[in-house]
Formats: sequence, C-alpha cells, structure tokens
Amino acid sequence: MNARIEDSALLAETAPVPAARRRIGEVILDVQNISLSFGGVKALTDISFNVREHEVRAIIGPNGAGKSSMLNCINGVYTPQQGSITFRGKTFKHMNSRQVAEMGVARTFQNLALFKGMSVLDNIMTGRNLKMKSGLLAQALRIGPAEREELRHREFVEHIIDFLEIQAHRKTPVGRLPYGLQKRVDLGRALAMEPQVLLLDEPMAGMNVEEKQDMSRFILDVNDEFGTTIVLIEHDMGVVMDISDRVVVLDYGKKIGDGTPDEVRGNEDVIRAYLGVEH
Amino acid sequence: MERQRSVKARAYIRAILNTQTHPTDTFPRLLAKHAAERPDAPAMREKDLGIWQTWRWQDCAREVREIACGLASLGFRPLDNLAIVGANRPRLYLAMAAAQSLRGVPVPLYQDAVAAEMVFMLDDAGIEFVIAEDQEQVDKLLECRESRPQLAHIIYDDPRGLRNYDQPGLLSFEALRQLGRQFDEQNPGYFDAAVQSVQPSDVGVILYTSGTTGRPKGVCQTHAGFIAAGRGGVETDRLGPGDNIMSYLPMAWVGDHLFSVAQWLVAGFTLNCPESAETVMNDMREIGPSYYFGPPRTFEGLLTAVSIRMEDAAAPKRWLYAKCMALAQRVGADILGGAPVSAKDRFLYKLGDLFIYGPLRNVLGMSRIRVAYTAGAAIGPDLFRFYRSIGVNLKQFYGQTETCAYVCLQQDGRVKLTSVGTAAPGMELKIADNGEVLVRGVSVLKEYYKRPEATAEVLDADGYFHTGDAGVLDSEGHLRIIDRAKDVGRMQGGAMFAPNYIENKLKFFPQIKEAVCFGNGRDEVCAAINIDYEAVGNWAERRGLPYGGYVDLAGKPEVLALIADCIAKVNADLAAEDGMADTQIARFLVLHKELDPDDDELTRTRKVRRGFIAEKYAVLVDALYGGKSEQFIETQVKFEDGRSGAVSATLKIVEARRFPAVRAAA
Repeated sequence: MNARIEDSALLAETAPVPAARRRIGEVILDVQNISLSFGGVKALTDISFNVREHEVRAIIGPNGAGKSSMLNCINGVYTPQQGSITFRGKTFKHMNSRQVAEMGVARTFQNLALFKGMSVLDNIMTGRNLKMKSGLLAQALRIGPAEREELRHREFVEHIIDFLEIQAHRKTPVGRLPYGLQKRVDLGRALAMEPQVLLLDEPMAGMNVEEKQDMSRFILDVNDEFGTTIVLIEHDMGVVMDISDRVVVLDYGKKIGDGTPDEVRGNEDVIRAYLGVEH
Repeated sequence: MERQRSVKARAYIRAILNTQTHPTDTFPRLLAKHAAERPDAPAMREKDLGIWQTWRWQDCAREVREIACGLASLGFRPLDNLAIVGANRPRLYLAMAAAQSLRGVPVPLYQDAVAAEMVFMLDDAGIEFVIAEDQEQVDKLLECRESRPQLAHIIYDDPRGLRNYDQPGLLSFEALRQLGRQFDEQNPGYFDAAVQSVQPSDVGVILYTSGTTGRPKGVCQTHAGFIAAGRGGVETDRLGPGDNIMSYLPMAWVGDHLFSVAQWLVAGFTLNCPESAETVMNDMREIGPSYYFGPPRTFEGLLTAVSIRMEDAAAPKRWLYAKCMALAQRVGADILGGAPVSAKDRFLYKLGDLFIYGPLRNVLGMSRIRVAYTAGAAIGPDLFRFYRSIGVNLKQFYGQTETCAYVCLQQDGRVKLTSVGTAAPGMELKIADNGEVLVRGVSVLKEYYKRPEATAEVLDADGYFHTGDAGVLDSEGHLRIIDRAKDVGRMQGGAMFAPNYIENKLKFFPQIKEAVCFGNGRDEVCAAINIDYEAVGNWAERRGLPYGGYVDLAGKPEVLALIADCIAKVNADLAAEDGMADTQIARFLVLHKELDPDDDELTRTRKVRRGFIAEKYAVLVDALYGGKSEQFIETQVKFEDGRSGAVSATLKIVEARRFPAVRAAA
C-alpha cells in the first residue's frame, strides 16, 4: 500500500501540468466608434467593442445587421469613414488586407474562397504564402534552401491536416469535397497562417447538426491548443451561446447588446430584435 | 478447468504441444528474440503527418521495456489485467506486449463500444489500468469511472484536447515512458526478471466475445495456445520477415490478435497501421501488403465500388472489362489453383493480366498480395471466385474467439469455394450428432474469465470445444459451415430451417445489405430486408428514379420489384438443393431503417440479433404471417451523438415467387 502512495506522489510530479488552462488576457483588438456607409446606406453606425486575448468572441444579429461588414473593416477589406481600430496597442485609421494578415489576423469566408481545382494540401499550403521567404524562381526550380523551406512548411501543413482530421482527403481536389469538409479546409488555410486572431465568417452556415458539432469542436480545439483568439459570426444561436465567451449583438448597423451569453440572452433589445415585440 | 478434462484429453494436448519446436516461447521472449537477431529490421510502421514512420525491432523492445517499467512503477502487478482501447496504433500493440512482459494480461476492448458497454467489461475483468488512444476514449473512460472508481490509471496516447483535463490518474504516454525510464534505472533487473517469469501456460490475453448470445464473456488464451495458432498459420503460408500486413481491424477482435500479434511475433513480418480509419484504402495502395485479411464485407465493398465505377466507364472500356472478366471467370481460379489450363487460355489470361487484372489489383492495393484471408461470415461464391480469378490468392479460414480463430484453413491448391478448408495443423475436428462442430487441439481456450460454469458448458470431458456452429465434413475432410447450431430450427412441416444460410444467400446480392429470416416452427419462411443504400441509390439514379432519402427509397415499388427478383433467384437456388425446397421465402418486406449496432439490432461485429429483431419488430412479423398487404410502423432510433428520434413508415408486404422442388437427376 505504501508503495502506491509514493507512486502517486511521483505521478503528480511527472504528469502534464494542466496549468496551461486557457486564460483570457488583455484586450488585443479594440474597435472604437466605427461607422461605415455605402453611398446613402449606413452599414455600421458608431460601433465599439473589444476582443480579449484567447477569448471566443461572437458577433450576432439578424440578416443585414452589418456583421460581415464589421469583419471586413477589421480585416482591412473596407475602410470605415469614422472610428479607429487598435490592434496590440497600435491604432489604425485604415489598413490593407496584406498588412492585417502580416500582423497575424486570418479569416475564413462565408462563401468559401478556396481554389476548387487544387488539392486540399495545396489549398492549405497557400495559407503559408506570407511565411515563404524564397523567391519565385528558387521555388519553381526547387533550389536547395527553397526545397528545405517547402518541406518545413509542408510539415506544418501536415499538422493542420492531422488536427482537422482530413488525412483521407489530402490529395482530393477541394471542389469534389462535400460542403462541410470544404469549410474545414477553409479553416485549415486560415490556420496555416499561424494567426493570433482568427475571424470566422459563418463557419457553420449550411451545415447539418453533426457537421456543426464537428466544427464547434475544431473551433474550441483551435482556441484551446493554439491559444488563438477567435472572432466569429454565426446565426445558430445554440452554437453561439455554447462556445463563445462574450457576444456582441448588432441590428441595423447598431450595437444593441454586448456581454456574456447569459447577459445577452436576458437583454430586452436583443429579444425584441430576434423575436419581435408584442403589439 | 484442468479438472474438467479427462486424463486422455490432457495427454492429447500435451502431445501436440510437445511437437512444437519451441516449447518455451512466450510473446515477450519472441519480441526479445527479434530485437536481438534483427534489431534494425522494420517491425511496425504507422503513417503520421503524411509520412510512414518506422519502428525497428529494437525500438519496439525499448519502448515495451519503458512502458512495462512505467506500468510497474504505478503499481501494475503480475496477473493484473490491462485494458487497451483504441484504433490500431503501434503504441497500443506495444502496450499489449508490455503487459505481457510483466506477466500481466492485456484486455483489448472494442473502441466503438459506448460507455455502458465498456463498463461491463472493465468491471468483469477487474480493470485498474487502461491505455486509451485519445480524448474520445478518455471521455468514455472517465464516464465509466463514475460508476467504477477502481479505474485508477488512464494512460492516453494522443494528447490532443486533453490539455485541460486535471482528473487524478490521467497520464500521457510520454509521462508513462519517463516514469518507466526512472523505474528501470532504480530497478535495473526488474524487467528482465519479469520477462523470464512468464510461462507459456500463462494467460496471454483476454478477448471478449461479441455477445451475439447474451453478455460478452472474457476468453482466456495462453501464450502457448496463441503462439501455436500463429505458428500453424505462418508455416502453412510460409510467412516471414519480408512480408507486410495492414492492421486495421479492431484490436479487440480475435483475428487481429492472431494476425497482428501472434503471427507478427512468430514470423517477424512488418505491421502497418493506417493513418486513420478513412485512409485505409489509400494507405494500403502505398504499402502494397503481401498478406492481407478482410472480412467478407470489405471484399464485397471493394467489388461494389469497382462495379459502380465500371458502369460509369466509356463503352470500349466496359467491353474490354467484360471480355477479360469472362475469361477470368472461366480459367482464372484454375490458373491460381495450379489446375491444368490450355496454352491458348494461359496466353489470353496473360494479356488480360496486362490490361485489366494487374491494374485492377493495383487499384485495390493488392498488387503484391501472396495470401489474403477472409472469415467471420459466409462469403458469396461469386465474390470469392472474382478475387481468385483476378489472381488474388483469397482463402478462407474458420475459427472463433475461443479457438484463437484457428480451426480450419484452406491450403494453397486445395481451395473449395463452399468450404472453409481442412483442419489446421494441430487441430482435430468432429461433428456431433446434432450437426454441431466440435474441435480440440492447441488453440482451444483455457477458460472463460471467472466463469467456470460457462467453461464447463463449452468444453467437454474429452477436451472438445463445442463451437455452436452446425457443419458438414466432406470425404476429403473439408468443413462446410451451414449455420449456428442453435439457430437451426424446424419448420412446421419438419424440414430443417437454417436462417443464416438463407440470409447469406440474400446478402450476396449487392442490393441487399442485411436480411433477417423467420420460419422456426412456422409453415412458411418470411424475410425482412435491408437495402444497400449506396448500391440501390446508384441504381435508382441511373434509372432517373427520384427519391428523398433512405425511407423513401426503401419503399419505392421499383425497388421492391428489384428485391423480389433477388428473392426469386434465391428461391430457385433453394428449390434445387436437397432438403431446402420447403424453406423458400414466401413473403418479404423492405425495412424502413438500417439495422444498426447502436439500436442493438446487430452485434458490434455486425451479426444480426434475430431474437431481438423478432421482438422489436413483432408487428411486422405478425403482418408477414397475418396475410396483410401493408403495415405501419414507428421505430425509435439512436443517433451517433447519443440522442434519439423516431422513424415511421408504412411497409408493403410482397409475395415472392416460389419454385417447385427440383430433384437432382440420377
């Protein structure tokens, strides 16, 4: 019996320390008073919210509420007329997409932006584009250092393929995969950038229950294993409430709610926007 | 159980064991021998991150030592049982060897079992230590631990997703090996002494029966028994270090233990573990195994896939394929079996090999196959002939968990399509008066774990194991299995009713996935059919027949007509067989849902549980015999995520075409 007690003491020493538990940190991304309009149409009006490091932050709202526009502003696709975005202490009036990507923000798209004719492997490889240092010619001719670099990147991509459990489709052209898997490849491509912040635009749109469960698990795993901060837009309220730490609610381009899932669920304005009001 | 066996039986078994050339072999010693003799030869491979990683024999031996010492440092004692849950990963195989090295007993469990099923076995085997593959299994085991707190140590291989788990007793593989290295330093002689203490007569593994009949039972097999079974197969097929095998079937299944553990350690060939369950076909093409096992289902699936793709091919290709396959059907099996074939046919077959058979084998990943085996269920003669005719040396064997899956083997050159072969080396066969197959010899189980009364039921005083299968031995000693002995019933008219026999005939049609026949004690045979969604769906699409999902497709009049055709063919077959004419199928229906192990309708090895189905679908059975033309039914189903729902449909009952009995002309 004595031996057993000693053993468990030993066990405590060598077991993997669960202290690496995800901790929500400081504000990493701060959006201040953003307004965006297209001609006379006001897409976003005076929106402010922040995202903390390592958290899962959801943006929800009915159709046309301005969710994707918000993501596009953070992403540098749209330039807001007013307001500023602060990322890791640096404030920007506007940015271009490449700068944003170089700063460690990756995204997936609502309507998938993959190369349909290319294999899963190659698609995810494109996510490593920014990290490749060798020139076009060296890469084309696979000259010494370029080849070594490619092997290194390939190894990283293989980790992602393993992580997303798509080994069986490594060589399959993306266009031949079912929709749910294409979404996963899109996520893989974004992950290949080793982002600090991952923007997900409706990652579960058009999926069945099982695919949604898989996707939720992958999102939480990404957040958990890599510590990636996640900002996601999603329609499925069940999913949002389950996986996010804090939720922003938009309606007609205005922010009507912000807080933990429970707070948002009890917010009068949110209930009115989603369920309508009794007259 | 020794006392149950007579002196005569014991003398017989001893005589056989003495004829073995290596009477002191145990699994740990075999491993040590390979590591010493061929340290750099590849022992195992696993595809990881897209690349085949190799474990050499010395790597295996070192890792087994670390794992074993790690387990010992946690308090694993000799004769303790170690549960192993997960897919085929090298480390799980090494964990088995580690338990055996400590004179412990590995207990592999089916990885797709739900927690409630698993807890029964954990309890039965008194498990304190588990080696689990990943988060999925750990979650299940933690659930089991709520009702069974003795489960003290859970060691996992893949750490993904387990970072935030802080339950006590949870340990990663790396940490275990680290503990092992420390323990080994502090107790340098411990491991070697433990390996030396293992006796061939010790229990080497406990495998659970699938539970077709009642609760699963733990079958205790000795090192000597399994090694003898492995050696018999290895010698029959001349397997050796150069051979490669894919290990992709559940580790809890006796066949995998025979091929991937016993034969592996006896012959010293290379195990290849696939990257994931979905990539098996691809991985197989890359490895090109020389030795392969697949259940009939797998071979059937491959053939279905090939047929579907051929139907989509261009006309000239279809023509060439049809021509070549016709030739192969005629002479291919004979060429493989070494029977005389004319020079012209040999030449044509060579041409066919160049254009069709060779490339086809390549696509199937079977280019280098010397020996392929199938077992577990009856295989259709057509299917069997197809593989043999394209040059794949497919053979059958027969055995069960209680006999290390080692009773009969088809020998090269003496393959009969309908039989499972002759008695394997070291085995002896006898048919009891009621038709039951009795066997004794090297591979018969030692006992059921903690179930002396169950052991006494299956092992008689002469050392014969009662297989529970009904079979016939022909004049050359080939065994033909007809059915489960207890399933064989009588019709009201007195004719013998062998439901599996009829069901298997039905299942040989690609359109039929499962079939259940009723008829014991009744005047007619009726059947419930499960269509094969993929094959019938494809057939419907080709015909421009629209359907909205499984239930709709299963109820289409066209589909019913298609199935009626299949049944008419089976009836014609039965009419031509002696004593089977009365068991022709009178009526049938097509079920609205697939029979599923999650709904307890099939066992985990996908055998139908006839009794359960007859009870669950009692309304349908009554309707079949009550002369109704259709019947409404609503069924509860369990989804994969554990929730349940209901499926309902009105099923049509169709009269089948029957034939007058054909008397064989004198």
